[in-house]
Amino acid sequence: MKSAAFDYVVAKTVAEAASLLRQEGTVTAAIAGGQSLVPMLNLRIVVPELLIDIGGLEELKETGVTAAGIRIGALTTHADIEDGKVPDLFGGLMQKVASGISYRAIRNYGTIGGSIALADPAADWPVCLMALGADVRIATSNGARSQPINDFIQGQYTTSLAKDEIILGFDVPRSDAALRWGLFKVVRKSGAFADSIAVIVERGNSGAVSVALAGAVSCPYLLPTIAKYVGAGETSEDVLRAAIARDLTACAPQADSYLTRLHTSTILRAVRDMRTQ
Amino acid sequence: MNNQAGAEGWIGARLLRKEDARHLYGRGMFIADVNVPGVQDIAFVRSQMANARVRHVVKPPEASARVFTLADIGPIKVLEAGPELSAHRHSPYPPLADDRVRYVGQTIAACMMPTRAQAEDLVDSVHVELEELPAIVDVVAAMRADSPRVFDQWPNNAYISTTVVEGNPESLASAPIRLRRRLRLNRQATVSLEGRGVLAYWDYRLDELVVYLSTQGGQVKRLALSKMLGIPEHKVRVIAPDVGGGFGGKNRIMPEDIAVAAIAMKVGHPVRWIEDRREHLLASVHARDHTYDLVISGDRDGTLLGIEGDIYIDAGAYALWPTGAFQEASMASRNLTGPYRIRHLKLNAHTVATNKAPMGPYRGVARPGATFAIERLVDEVARELGREPFDLRRQNIVTAAELPYRTAAGLTLDTGDYVASLDIAHEKIGLPAIRNRQAAGEPDGRRIGVGFAFYTEQSGHGTVEFVKRKFRVIPGYESANARMLPDGNVLLYVGVQNHGQGHETSLAQIAAHELGIDPGQISVRYGDTAVGPYGFGTFASRSIVFAGGAVGKATRALADKIRRIGAHLLQADIASTRIEGGMVHGPSGKVSITEIAFAANARPDHLPTGMDPLLETTATYEPTDSGGVFAYGTHAVLVAVDPDSGVTQLLDYVVSEDCGTMINPMIVDGQVQGGIAQGIGTALYEEIPYDELGQPLATTFADYMVPCAPEVPNVRIEHIVTPALATEYGVKGLGEGGAIAPPAAIANAIADAFRDIGASFNETPLTPRRVSEAVDLARHAKVSGA
Repeated sequence: MKSAAFDYVVAKTVAEAASLLRQEGTVTAAIAGGQSLVPMLNLRIVVPELLIDIGGLEELKETGVTAAGIRIGALTTHADIEDGKVPDLFGGLMQKVASGISYRAIRNYGTIGGSIALADPAADWPVCLMALGADVRIATSNGARSQPINDFIQGQYTTSLAKDEIILGFDVPRSDAALRWGLFKVVRKSGAFADSIAVIVERGNSGAVSVALAGAVSCPYLLPTIAKYVGAGETSEDVLRAAIARDLTACAPQADSYLTRLHTSTILRAVRDMRTQ
Repeated sequence: MNNQAGAEGWIGARLLRKEDARHLYGRGMFIADVNVPGVQDIAFVRSQMANARVRHVVKPPEASARVFTLADIGPIKVLEAGPELSAHRHSPYPPLADDRVRYVGQTIAACMMPTRAQAEDLVDSVHVELEELPAIVDVVAAMRADSPRVFDQWPNNAYISTTVVEGNPESLASAPIRLRRRLRLNRQATVSLEGRGVLAYWDYRLDELVVYLSTQGGQVKRLALSKMLGIPEHKVRVIAPDVGGGFGGKNRIMPEDIAVAAIAMKVGHPVRWIEDRREHLLASVHARDHTYDLVISGDRDGTLLGIEGDIYIDAGAYALWPTGAFQEASMASRNLTGPYRIRHLKLNAHTVATNKAPMGPYRGVARPGATFAIERLVDEVARELGREPFDLRRQNIVTAAELPYRTAAGLTLDTGDYVASLDIAHEKIGLPAIRNRQAAGEPDGRRIGVGFAFYTEQSGHGTVEFVKRKFRVIPGYESANARMLPDGNVLLYVGVQNHGQGHETSLAQIAAHELGIDPGQISVRYGDTAVGPYGFGTFASRSIVFAGGAVGKATRALADKIRRIGAHLLQADIASTRIEGGMVHGPSGKVSITEIAFAANARPDHLPTGMDPLLETTATYEPTDSGGVFAYGTHAVLVAVDPDSGVTQLLDYVVSEDCGTMINPMIVDGQVQGGIAQGIGTALYEEIPYDELGQPLATTFADYMVPCAPEVPNVRIEHIVTPALATEYGVKGLGEGGAIAPPAAIANAIADAFRDIGASFNETPLTPRRVSEAVDLARHAKVSGA
């Protein structure tokens, strides 16, 4: 398990990185924290000819409170968020999610931008940012674009990112009303990717609820039906289960009885987690 | 170092391990740290099919001299492996494939380049053409008459089938209670922290082949290398540097060992292969993989009567030299009665070839399976009778008054108090409080359950036992060489191989006890066939009994000579002298051991007339009864289980165990805790599933789950100390016990959590999916049955 040889360049600017990434006829890849990419290089699942290190790009470190919410730079590590180094407008949700990602050694290097770019269906950030309604900021060949994360992630390991595009960071909208959240995650063991993870966010008591699910489904999904019922204050477990069943039929049609049971339980526990906070 | 001896001296002292400092500072020397100039790395072309004919291996023309097939490294003498029984079928296992591959991961060719990455590039450029054959994957189906064969010329797929009949099993047909259960431990890897590795070169000065090998026993490996490569033994030197765990997985001759040594002799410069984790999961020894189809019989009053049925051991594609996996079946059969007064047995055991990686020994060997089977069955009988499982155990277990007790399958359980062990575990886990808590229910919707499991652990078994097991190499003794240098310090050479057991400390404690000096004055040396005495290595919980005994015997002989010299120097009668605190004390004076050592080595003129100089002894040792002594214990565990997700959490874990005299109680506790970590792995996490084509589905740690610190509770350990009668100091081996009982205890606890609905938990690992599916099945059965 040793990587094949590749060329390696440390990019100084986003423009330089983009022009290197777009080289015709060359298999290129960008690396930041490397916590997923390096094992994939070693297993030769990914075999680039040119590896472009974007870990020093200042444009990817822009983090702070904005009028609309919070801007988080793509190079922000899971540990930065876990340690509260990123401003928090969401009652500690992102801190809690960060602290549950893999192991601390990986959190020290792994970045939120890398996690979203890889779009592992079982990863923690896609569900969290979906539930929070975040937008992805992307550097393009002729400037920058912004896209809701729900559209940006298109499937397992699939995003709208073009070959020469680079994630700059994320804009996460603030809530005008009180925000509550719930989180539940099932892993085979500590540090493993989730078999099932659900994040629920309620903005105010008026019913603006988002529920996101990931794990052993084809990709992270927003679940509209259960979100609607939870937003309406539904408490009957039978009703909630029926709502979840409708969502799972849409987003996880291949799920067998165990996965259906697992996801249902995860979502119900996330709801309970929110309501007992 | 806290070198405080207890009141009784160094035996039983809680001494910090001598080994710890270098490992904590990262200054150990493992095989990948061995720096030999000019070394080149090997990577292997491995089979991607489970069962296939090898049609062609095409080397890239520009690098053909760097790619080795079997024809390039020969001639190799392939040794017959397995027990020395004509009924055991031969499964010739060449170091690189001949015209057939029989499991995914089998070595086909070796590629040599200056770095491992380049060697892997070369692997990618070798073209292998395989003709795929049907894969034999399911162990029970493999025994059907119409199954294809792993070896074409065999009449069926069994390496060997054996039958055990004891007592009067016909009488069981009319027993009031008869429960049939199918139980299974799935296949797993051994997952030593350091993988395997081999580095070999020809030493032109010494005219010998030097083989650095990450192994549990270098002497026996030298024997095999010599025979397979056709070099006399005095020209083969095996060196095991620091070895980062083995657990059984480094105690067989493996194809890579032979191939690398053979290539080193062809190319004339050092070559090495360092196993990576993917190779480890794919092609190191695999373990467990027992299937039981059993009927347990009992009386209405709870008396357990007998066990009948079939045992299937999925031994994989080849038997590994020397002994193969045959002892799995025999040990499973012989341990299946557990510690209970079960007198009737009828067992058919099949050691079966399949298209999977070969099975090898792993901490606990067979007994985790046997203990899982009997301890699950005891709980199932208890549930059938509406009894508390703990009470049923207590009713049937052999009492202290009955020891020594010969079990139906012929093991002689020697010393101890099994009932006391049960009772201590019962009290520590707090059974009544748990029953009350269960009645109240959990606020988070989970269920809690408590499980008990009792185990025995045979150790110290020697010649008689291994002859009975038909071993090819009989590890019937160990040896030690003790050498006191002129300054009174000691070099102690042993044939066992420390790889995490703390031998550098515990064996020094024994020597210090005999010699009356500080353990800090004693260096324990091992792992180099050029300097050590002959021995068999470290496995089967044997080191403290055998090497400890040999060290005791050698240093006692040394102490005797020291006293004789001391008596001479003191002009005293030897009977009036004693050794204490680094001195020989006489009736009216004392002389230091340092002075005596100097005389013995460098001033022969100070020795008694006619006495040979030097303080050096080599001793061999075997216990007085080579049938073995039995450590034992009870594990009790409290779990919380989510019925929907199926996730199990361990809330409390208690052990009450007896390993006889403890040389160093901290090392004992470490062995118990570490064994339980691996037992938890078997119980809940570790598994290498194969699909129907024989493809392994867990080849990285992303798919192969190993318990880490958060999954392993701090075990609360209680010791009972009943010294063994047949060993030096009354010790019993205890290296494996921790790993034996957890699958049984944890499965019993999960079953207890759902005993109201009668869910079955008879297959490990009890993954969230298996647990949730078992609960779901039982709920549906209950609904439809109601």
